[in-house]
Amino acid sequence: MSFDTLLARLIQNTNNLSLVLFLPELTLCATIVVLLLVRLCNLDRIIRPVGVCLVGGLIALAMAGQEFYDLSAGIQPATPIFTGLLAYDPFTVFFRLFLITFLILVTALTALSGIPDLEDGPDFYTLLFGATIGMLLMASANNLLILFLGVEMASVPSYAMVGFLKGRKQSSEASLKFVVYGAGAAGVMLYGVSLLAGLLGTANFTEMALRITQLVGAHGMSDPTVRTVLFGILMVLVGLAFKLSIVPFHFWCPDAFEGAAAEVAGYLSVASKAAAFALLVRFCRAIVGDHVGELANLNYALGIGLGLVAALTATFGNLAAYSQTNVKRLLAYSTIAHAGYMLMAVAAMMVILNGPKAANVEVAFNVSRAIEGLLYYLCVYLFMNLGAFGVVALIRNEILSEQIEDYNGLASQAPRYCLCMAVCLFSLIGLPPFGGFFAKWAVFSSLLQAGYVNKIMWVVLVIGGVNTVFSLFFYVRVLKAMYLTPRPEGARRAEDALPAGAYAVIIALPVLLLGIGVSPVWRMAGTAAAAIFQWPHADSVAQLPHGM
Amino acid sequence: MNSDAMLLSAIIFVPTIGAIILALCFNKKDVEPMRYFALGATIVTFILTIFLFRNFLAAPPDSGMLPASAGQSGIKLPWIANWNINYQLGYDGISLPLVLLTSFISMLAMMASWSITKQVKGYLVLFLILETGMLGVFLALDFFLFYVFWEVMLLPMYFLIGIWGGPRKEYAAIKFFLYTLAGGVLMLIAILMFYFNSGSPQGNVPNTFDIIELSKIGQGLVKGVQFTPTVQITAFILLFIGFAIKVPSVPFHTWLPDAHVEAPTPISMILAGVLLKMGGYGILRIAFPICPYGAQYAAYALAVIGTVSIIYGAFAAMAQTDFKRLVAYSSVSHMGYVILGIAVWQISASTGAAIGKNYWLMGMNGAMFQMLAHGVSSAGMFFMVGVIYDRVHHRDLNQFGGLMGLMPLYSGLAVGIFFAGLGLPGLCGFIGEIFVVLSTWNYSPLLAIIAASGVILTAGYILWAIQRVYLGAEYRGPHREAITPINGRETAVAFTLLAFAILLGVYPGFMLNVMHGSMEQLATSLDTGYQHVAHTVSTAQAMLQR
Repeated sequence: MSFDTLLARLIQNTNNLSLVLFLPELTLCATIVVLLLVRLCNLDRIIRPVGVCLVGGLIALAMAGQEFYDLSAGIQPATPIFTGLLAYDPFTVFFRLFLITFLILVTALTALSGIPDLEDGPDFYTLLFGATIGMLLMASANNLLILFLGVEMASVPSYAMVGFLKGRKQSSEASLKFVVYGAGAAGVMLYGVSLLAGLLGTANFTEMALRITQLVGAHGMSDPTVRTVLFGILMVLVGLAFKLSIVPFHFWCPDAFEGAAAEVAGYLSVASKAAAFALLVRFCRAIVGDHVGELANLNYALGIGLGLVAALTATFGNLAAYSQTNVKRLLAYSTIAHAGYMLMAVAAMMVILNGPKAANVEVAFNVSRAIEGLLYYLCVYLFMNLGAFGVVALIRNEILSEQIEDYNGLASQAPRYCLCMAVCLFSLIGLPPFGGFFAKWAVFSSLLQAGYVNKIMWVVLVIGGVNTVFSLFFYVRVLKAMYLTPRPEGARRAEDALPAGAYAVIIALPVLLLGIGVSPVWRMAGTAAAAIFQWPHADSVAQLPHGM
Repeated sequence: MNSDAMLLSAIIFVPTIGAIILALCFNKKDVEPMRYFALGATIVTFILTIFLFRNFLAAPPDSGMLPASAGQSGIKLPWIANWNINYQLGYDGISLPLVLLTSFISMLAMMASWSITKQVKGYLVLFLILETGMLGVFLALDFFLFYVFWEVMLLPMYFLIGIWGGPRKEYAAIKFFLYTLAGGVLMLIAILMFYFNSGSPQGNVPNTFDIIELSKIGQGLVKGVQFTPTVQITAFILLFIGFAIKVPSVPFHTWLPDAHVEAPTPISMILAGVLLKMGGYGILRIAFPICPYGAQYAAYALAVIGTVSIIYGAFAAMAQTDFKRLVAYSSVSHMGYVILGIAVWQISASTGAAIGKNYWLMGMNGAMFQMLAHGVSSAGMFFMVGVIYDRVHHRDLNQFGGLMGLMPLYSGLAVGIFFAGLGLPGLCGFIGEIFVVLSTWNYSPLLAIIAASGVILTAGYILWAIQRVYLGAEYRGPHREAITPINGRETAVAFTLLAFAILLGVYPGFMLNVMHGSMEQLATSLDTGYQHVAHTVSTAQAMLQR
């Protein structure tokens, strides 16, 4: 085959397939360009930047919605696009829907809360949209290269957004911390990526597991090459753990969130975490592969390790949140704790998938359910965390404070904000009838099933349960301030005027609806999870012997 | 959907609809119309439960089977299909009396809510949501749904105690919240255990949350699926702790004095009158039927816990100087009879069959009746304490006296209700206690003697309280000028409660007849269920030995 034909094929493939399936991302890119052009032409007095963003976001969302509708008709194999750099499947599209919806909601929030001002608008939204495109790449990554590029593309704008409140010292400090930690993690991750790519001779996710198996088969487990590969996997996971703010890679999170504007903190807490979980699932799938045999024990150990780390993270987050006096910092630790809960689902998946087969645990079904639980958790988490951070931002505009003690008695003056906060916090605790309950329920049930494979997962489950009870303390402190304590004399008056007040209610409503009408979103999560786990031989995988 | 199904849904959601209308359509300033509207919602709910009662009397389900399982009435709609979670409601002779009690006490508590003057709108909305939660618990037949309603109750309760409560309201509210949530998490783990063990490995029996179905599995009536003894014992202990917190039994009772004392009067009425019954109901409806083996395994421990609660609660009540705290501890004591009455399940060591099953049945009937009686009498006692507290703003037992002369009507009604709590023959408290103590004799004479001596202690603290508050020459406390005769609304509430205390005492058959069929069926199915499971266990052991 001559170079010309190869090139012609590549162009044809890119134009006819890849670019078409990449349209939502392209729309977001176009939005950025329009945004900058509008300012260049001095039109930003007439057309508000936030308007451009909302329009662009909505168009992208509509495209993603159409894609999801088309895909959910039947289970189809993943389509590799851009010569296999990205995977296009319901999982990808699910996260497109998720992230773009979230992007629109955050943009609306910033329009209401007034950060950024008109002058800075295009800058801020460029960063916001750019980061989101990076996250979309993370969610569809099918190659180590994209894994790294996606993470960096999401991170770099995030650093700038954290430091966006330029005048504030605290904000710059937060940004600096974030950059230093982020750069360190990125370095480790890049090193891991290069080790893996170099030793395995491929960067493609679909081939990784096979190559590792071959290496192990040829040299045995104790061979230095194999160990280096394992080390590389571990380094990539460290990079992801940084993005997920998993203990012990969480240090940046409270500082960055406290220094950043609440809108940005809310954005990072949801979007970057969701994208990182998507990537983690994809990476796990890559190292599990279709040839479970020799790798099973390794991945099994990895699953148990993830479970323990998850339990540690949830416990640490909840304990540390207890003593906080700043609401954003409290929510930052709560974010860490929730990353722990969600990681439990991934751990359960790995254990069930790779562990010895337990009598009453059907592998394919439970693995898929663990991922569905994770996705459902993320959906609820989107609204409840955005609601909490959004209310913090809106209240900040009223009373110019983010300290819990300054929230005293707010319920009498800003009932809508407080109601939204109450709904979100109860959901974060995991109480029915709010969505957070069903999300936690799904994760815990996966853990229980995983416990039949390895009893350690039951320990993790119990730790998760204890954490749920414990988390009550600090969430309720905020509510206690808002509802039970009277508003002190002379405190700044807060009001929840209509657009912002309505926004708070609109964000809180899905939190309740996701707890009552579970099925529609659960079905969507099911479609997405099925895409990841339609192994060619789902059943035969489960029946392979695991002696090694 | 048949008419009963509509009726059941209406009973649960009429208060919620009322709350939504209240929240959206009323101005914060229109306090009086809002109160009447909320009262109207509770009255409508009460009337609907009366319809339910009428339906039950018109066509009593055969042998007390749950109507939903017999397919006559009740409702079962898919809710979360992927998990086989259903919106499933139904009622029988066990839940119906408690449903009636709930709507009745809610109505009276709403009448007592005129004493609330702060943020009335929020109060009424939360009150109505609370009522939905309570009714939902008693009518749900899907364990998941049950749990949702169980927890739904928590949120309004936290705010009702926390915002409208007494001086230490914040502490009391969080303590209540924490205890119940901890119990809830234990229950959640048990639910998960049941769910995942209820499907057969071959996959031809789907996993389920259906309480009736789970009970059948627990009693060994479903082929191919069973809850092993280990599962039963573990799950029973988890469930029992969860429910015992609510009952509350010693040693899980410490939230109760705080919550009851700090809560505003109408909420204390609800707490004592209805919420505590959820624990007993949970044990009867869920813990025992699903885990008969675990229940029998733990029966003696339960009986001891019940007896200790009776005695401990009575002594603690005697030591109080706060009038409301005394009533709160009397609840601990009285609810001990409920646990004891359920637990007196004597089996023959060789066959596993119940010995003196009719005594046990009597104990369970007694426990159930005690729940109703205590619902009426303790709600009444809290109300009576509230009436005097509204006037003099203190509750110190040593600073009362002579109320009989100042408020004769009030004192007369109060003494009547306190006698009902004491268990005077002819009043409602007597029947439950005597049934339980008699049946305990069959189980363990020692426990029976101890439990019976609890009656003397009860008489001691109640008579002493009456003496200090109502008798005596003159009132010695502060705010003497504020003591005014009881008003019409208060009289209506107190009189209704006393009338029912007398009705239940004189004609207990009024409620016993309703519950008897279901209770008998429950006892029989538990008995055979235990024998089934025990038989499989002994067979398996024999196999191993061979």
